[in-house]
Amino acid sequence: MTGSPLLDVRGVTLQYKTRDHLVTATYRVDFQVFRSERFILLGPSGCGKSTLLKAVGGYLQPVEGEIRLKGEVVSRPGPDRMMVFQEFDQLLPWKTVKDNVLFPLLASHRLPPKAAEEKAMHYIAKVNLAKFADSLPHTLSGGMKQRVAIARGMAMEPDVLLMDEPFAALDALTRRKMQDELLALWDDTRFTVLFVTHSIPEAIRIGSRILLLSPHPGQVKAELNSLAHDAPASAEVHQALEQKIHAMLFADAIEAPAAEVNA
Amino acid sequence: MTGEGRQTLLPEHARAAVRPEIQREPIATSAFGVVAKPLSIGERLYNVGALRKAVLLLLLALAWELYARWLNNPLLFPTFGATLDAFREGIASGTLPLRAWSSIKVLLMGYAAGIACAAVLTVLAITTRVGTDLLELLTSMFNPLPAIALLPLALIWFGLGNGSLVFVLVHSVLWAVALNTHSGFLGVSPTLRMVGRNYGLSGLRYVTGILIPAAFPSILTGLKIGWAFAWRTLIAAELVFGVSSGSGGLGWFIYENKNQLEIPAVFAGLFTVILIGLLVENVVFRTVELRTVRRWGMQT
Repeated sequence: MTGSPLLDVRGVTLQYKTRDHLVTATYRVDFQVFRSERFILLGPSGCGKSTLLKAVGGYLQPVEGEIRLKGEVVSRPGPDRMMVFQEFDQLLPWKTVKDNVLFPLLASHRLPPKAAEEKAMHYIAKVNLAKFADSLPHTLSGGMKQRVAIARGMAMEPDVLLMDEPFAALDALTRRKMQDELLALWDDTRFTVLFVTHSIPEAIRIGSRILLLSPHPGQVKAELNSLAHDAPASAEVHQALEQKIHAMLFADAIEAPAAEVNA
Repeated sequence: MTGEGRQTLLPEHARAAVRPEIQREPIATSAFGVVAKPLSIGERLYNVGALRKAVLLLLLALAWELYARWLNNPLLFPTFGATLDAFREGIASGTLPLRAWSSIKVLLMGYAAGIACAAVLTVLAITTRVGTDLLELLTSMFNPLPAIALLPLALIWFGLGNGSLVFVLVHSVLWAVALNTHSGFLGVSPTLRMVGRNYGLSGLRYVTGILIPAAFPSILTGLKIGWAFAWRTLIAAELVFGVSSGSGGLGWFIYENKNQLEIPAVFAGLFTVILIGLLVENVVFRTVELRTVRRWGMQT
């Protein structure tokens, strides 16, 4: 991890307006993501992690600080930062699995049609959906839809893949399987991913580096190294890290009830 | 308090006999009576929508025939048979197809022009705020205005020709299509919008690549309503103002035959209007629907 970071987020304060409030989602957040890192944004709901990811995606502008990708300031959404959303409705319902993966490749004029098709099929095969290449999204299960979305993101070979709780809407068994598949894909292509989650076990499983955010507004609490995914640590080490993170995230929350009990 | 509760509970829990684990082998499917059974012929026929509709049509025709025979007044209400005869005659002599074609030609011109205008207005409406205000204002002003009410003006402006008919047709199509398309665009899910922008799409490519397909269910509804409005307006215009182009259309055919008291022919004219309506709805729009929104799972 030497040289300049791929993604450089410096002093980023994000605000958005609701009907009658101006909400500060994150306050002066700094972090750097290097090539081939699996960088996790972890925090309780309301810590602005999704908002932060959307800002990296270019959907909203920071009111303070800046986000640089390969030295360039991020100013609008673009195919160099492909997004995988939590919602199952992120696939275009009028396109087959193959066309869904193919469309951004063609729309961004990355590749000529023939090469684009080969690339699309390559990544569809990678997520084990080759058999369903001609199916329409509404005929697929939730896990399969998320796999298509991941294939679509990866086929573009973006500088960084942005994932916004992509497995949160899946059942526990499927989620577990998808996590393993994502790691296998990473072993294969070593893509850079920025992954938002609120689940501590998921963060430890998937991440190589974990950014902890505090809630309301989101501020950096810590940046930790996760455990190596290919050399399974003992259960105790795993649990110790999990408890450490838990303690850090919920330190404030635990203090309050404790005071109540004492009184 | 919970601590105490737990203490009394724990030994009890420990005392309870440990229940044995259970393992079973699933029975082979051959041991079941029915796993999947094909439906009977009757059930399968009932599932064919076209057949159900055809039976309904037959029943309606039968009711017509019986009522007309019971009434026995061919000048007021000819039988279905007599109408069918007049219809066949009209087809054979070539007048009905000719009249129908000249109506359809004008209709298609007006329809296409109306859709083009609606497209411009809605694209303006989703790209700019002033466009939205303009669309809302214009629709609330002109949508309630019957297109026929504009025909006298149109006749003064464009003369006795297809021009004035096309003008009123545009008016009848434009607002229905624009209103539905606009509300369809507004209903496109935020996730799909973000996906489109993620691909780097913008402007017209964003509209054609994401918004139009995503809003297609409402656009299709708008197109259907627009089509029906156009038909009504056209036939009414021809009926009220008679021949306005060279040969005249279906409305003029109906009007002419009424004057000559050829009532079965009047019915044949109406019958043609209905037939074309049925055909467009059940063949053209139905095919589009099956190929798009149904196939995409946006409508069940």
